[in-house]
Amino acid sequence: MNWGEFFAMNGYALYVWGSYGMALLIFIIEIILVRHRKKLAVQQLRLLRDAGKEE
Amino acid sequence: MAINWFKYAAPSSFYGLIGKMIPWFAWSSGILFIIGLYIGFFVAPTDVQQGEAYRIMFIHVPTSILSMFVYLVMAGYAAMGLIFNTRLSSMMASALAPTGALLAFLSLWTGALWGKPMWGAWWVWDARLTSELVLLFLYLGFIALQAAIDDPRRADRASALLAIVGSVNVPIIYFSVKWWNTLHQGSTVKFSGTSMHVAMQQAMYTMLLACWLYVIAVSLIRVRSIILERERNTQWVTDLPEVTK
Repeated sequence: MNWGEFFAMNGYALYVWGSYGMALLIFIIEIILVRHRKKLAVQQLRLLRDAGKEE
Repeated sequence: MAINWFKYAAPSSFYGLIGKMIPWFAWSSGILFIIGLYIGFFVAPTDVQQGEAYRIMFIHVPTSILSMFVYLVMAGYAAMGLIFNTRLSSMMASALAPTGALLAFLSLWTGALWGKPMWGAWWVWDARLTSELVLLFLYLGFIALQAAIDDPRRADRASALLAIVGSVNVPIIYFSVKWWNTLHQGSTVKFSGTSMHVAMQQAMYTMLLACWLYVIAVSLIRVRSIILERERNTQWVTDLPEVTK
């Protein structure tokens, strides 16, 4: 089996890769979002702490 | 030996514990995804009836099973938060909801891409498909309701009620293929065994485990942010090394 044949999925390429592609996309976006949210939460806590110091 | 069972019910100790656990879940999930995809695409034989299209199963079945399972876990945490008034349980429920919604979406998406070549339609108002769509709406309703109420503890209680009532939908999805005459095929994997080829089973269970560990990893990262956001006025949060540095 060569790679061209493999990616063609015997005519079902759109359906098979459309499924796995969407899953990969969703997982990557979700990972970026949860990590970004964590970063924002920590940043906000630092801002709160600095604001408290100035008072 | 006395074990303090409630130690990790406190957000402060739970936050530290899961911080150490997340990398393990994440890495084992990644490794299992690679193994599962390898078996699924290179070891498992072509299906006699469905050709190569059946390989969608290895992502469709795990996301579908987990979309239902995660809902029950979420409703369980929400109920615990409602009954015992434990903040952390409600935070876990909120952390699971977005991932559950994405799983339900992926189940429908991969199902549509499998349905088109096999049934000739992206979508049919079949009992299985419709009840899974209702599951997606329940997740979205849970998230929206929580976002609509400003006081987090009141939001927890209101959304917990929605989650508990909505859990009636999970057995409906599960048994829909038995109760009604639907286009969606019955379960290939039953509690009594399966008729699937060994390599297909291995690929599917590996992918299921990989997805499960992925769900645990992302929801634990999310719950850590929720803990920080909700506990921002407490001393232990202000004293965290990542905040003080």
